[in-house]
Amino acid sequence: MIKVTIDDITIQVPEGTTILQAARMIDEQFGATIAPPAMCYYSKLKTTGGYCRTCIVNVEKGSEKDPRPMPKPVASCRTNVMDGMVVRNNTSPEVLEARAGVVEFLLINHPLDCPICDQAGECDLQNLAYENGKEGTRYEFRRREFAPIDIGPYVKLNMNRCILCYRCVKVCEQITPGRVHGVINRGDHSEISTYIENSIENDFSGNVIDVCPVGALTDRTFRFKSRVWYTNPVDANRECEKCCGKVRLWMKGEDVLRVTGRLNRWGETEEFICNTCRFEKKKTADWNIEGPTRISHHSVISQNHYELRKLQLGLRKQIHELDGTKPDLGEGALNPNNEGQVSSKQIKSEGSSHYD
Amino acid sequence: MERRILLEHDHVKDIHTLDVYRQHNGYKSVEKALKTMKPDDIVEEVKKSGLRGRGGAGFPTGMKWSFLAKPEGVPRYLVCNADESEPGTFKDRYLMERIPHLLIEGMIVSSFALGVHTSYIYIRGEYFYILEILQKAVKEAYAAGLLGKNILGSGFDHDMYVHPGAGAYICGEETALLESLEGKRGNPRIKPPFPAVAGLWGCPTVVNNVETIAAVVPIVNDGGEAYSKIGIGKSTGTKLISASGHINKPGVYEIEMGITVEDFIYSPDFCGGIRNGKKLKAVVAGGSSVPILPADLIITTAAGQPRLMSYESLGDGGFATGTMLGSGGFIVMDEDTSIVKNLFTFARFYHHESCGQCSPCREGTGWMEKILKKFMAGKATLKDIDLLWDIQSKIEGKTICPLGEAAAWPVASAIRHFRSEFEEYVKHPQSIQDVKHYFRLNNIEQAV
Repeated sequence: MIKVTIDDITIQVPEGTTILQAARMIDEQFGATIAPPAMCYYSKLKTTGGYCRTCIVNVEKGSEKDPRPMPKPVASCRTNVMDGMVVRNNTSPEVLEARAGVVEFLLINHPLDCPICDQAGECDLQNLAYENGKEGTRYEFRRREFAPIDIGPYVKLNMNRCILCYRCVKVCEQITPGRVHGVINRGDHSEISTYIENSIENDFSGNVIDVCPVGALTDRTFRFKSRVWYTNPVDANRECEKCCGKVRLWMKGEDVLRVTGRLNRWGETEEFICNTCRFEKKKTADWNIEGPTRISHHSVISQNHYELRKLQLGLRKQIHELDGTKPDLGEGALNPNNEGQVSSKQIKSEGSSHYD
Repeated sequence: MERRILLEHDHVKDIHTLDVYRQHNGYKSVEKALKTMKPDDIVEEVKKSGLRGRGGAGFPTGMKWSFLAKPEGVPRYLVCNADESEPGTFKDRYLMERIPHLLIEGMIVSSFALGVHTSYIYIRGEYFYILEILQKAVKEAYAAGLLGKNILGSGFDHDMYVHPGAGAYICGEETALLESLEGKRGNPRIKPPFPAVAGLWGCPTVVNNVETIAAVVPIVNDGGEAYSKIGIGKSTGTKLISASGHINKPGVYEIEMGITVEDFIYSPDFCGGIRNGKKLKAVVAGGSSVPILPADLIITTAAGQPRLMSYESLGDGGFATGTMLGSGGFIVMDEDTSIVKNLFTFARFYHHESCGQCSPCREGTGWMEKILKKFMAGKATLKDIDLLWDIQSKIEGKTICPLGEAAAWPVASAIRHFRSEFEEYVKHPQSIQDVKHYFRLNNIEQAV
């Protein structure tokens, strides 16, 4: 086990852990909120990460042996921790500024068509922009557009929304046999496409929808059926010969509108599911219902609890400014029961009536 | 005066053929190395020589070689980076075109030093005619027993392949080059692991520039110590400089490091002064990606010392008042040159060549080009100058590979040293008629 300190919180992690994983461990163990956002890294897929640059952090001290700081910000998802490493994420103004820059880059060519996008409400890019971006845009040129491509009856590709995280490419490389899907062209003309527009036809292709952090790959069987925040997530399972059969149903009344994998608080599916479960089983009778899903992470689907994280950060800053103490990033959070109390008080003081 | 070590025989007729090359002491170093030296001795000599990578970064070659992992039972590879695509740099092209056997000789000796049995020359796709020259030379070397099994009876086996790229600047980045060589899309890899540990096909690999590998030949022939005496300080040896722009004698010059920049620009031995008796305005000293410097700062450093052609002296003052030797692409601009237009050309290039893998470079390079296009069309505002500065600062250092920096540095330095010129474009756009003509007014306005 080696020791790493991220935003003044120290944790012991096994060797080979990345900075991002260590930060997530801190969040999970201590209830803190210091994990950098990650748009392209996906722990269930190999060789993901490093592309989007939203998870960049400053390494203030390389290790106990070599305490020199790293000269440039590093991608926390692809940098392993060293013993004694000291990392700055939310407590470094440079990191926050650089991240705001990355958010801006990701958004300049994004169509911002959230009102008609099925991903809206559970979109990582929305969350990212909301938590780390700046208001307004400085981009005044025409946004990039791609000709639409039909990639089959189940998955809808909208390349204009894509941020080129490569997750779907890795899904096709690693969990579906016979890859027919990849990136063509170069630079800002790079495009997710299928080989001569072949449809993705295999039993696990639907997982590209779950891994897509934006609305570039969405479920055609759910297209324009409902906004996600009007549907209720319910955990369910069935006997499936192809996959684990453990899914999340998105229900409106008695109707199953959509089936997805069970995404955890990092937006990652616990286990990949097959297309039969995802696209064919849309009746309640097909499933053994386990019970409603508890959403522990904050986004629009947590029914207006979306402001939580930003308020937390803002309030910590205010407290810090008022009494001149060190920001208590983590201190209050060290008690796992503490966070909820503090947060609810904060939220109430800010006047949100939807928190309970 | 030029100091010709690599290009000593470049004027000899038919030096590209093996026979003529051998008449001029060609492949002497192979005989010396394979018959009288141990691999580690050669690495030691290269370390002693102080040779630094000639591709741009200037990393000590001996140190790079000593980092090469040598696990048992795993092949190692040497890859020559001949994907010379940096605008303003054409030294490797000259060297390979004239004296292809010098590169092959260097490759054999370096491979022997590193215990490598297979090496590759990855050559830029646009150099298709040099591909033929090199392939012919490799064939000749095989026929003469200089490549293949049991070279010169020493028991050392070595195979060499020449592989053309498909015309992507990014494949000059060493890990993108390896991806391309493996037959994949030329995207830079995320480091670590570095190629010295996991390079080509996951095996330990050394990637060196053409000129670096060629310089191993005189180092083995004359010894590392003799080589280290050439040059100045930690910039040892000679450097090929591709001189271009508004000078009387553009071309490739081999210089001893340590001559003054002033001498290089004005001496009749080298550039021969500025064309048409004009005044010097600015110099890009090491290929398009290094910071541009105005005339006063390129001739003397900020401290008033004469600036020398060496890694240290050109880097003096950091990026505030200095630049880099880079790959030695020396672009000279006279007083009539528009820095903004020049920058637009560079920005267009980097936008076109970005691989699109990581977001700051993919989106930022295109954005910068569009803003510069706006300057070209006479529609920019003063705010756009600050915006450009901000965008470049958010690309620099945030990307997977150095292309981000290569795109950001020219923008930063142009604004740093020539801000008034950008302001001129905003205030008096009528001064850019020629540009409007050149890029066709309609297109520019549509783009903006």
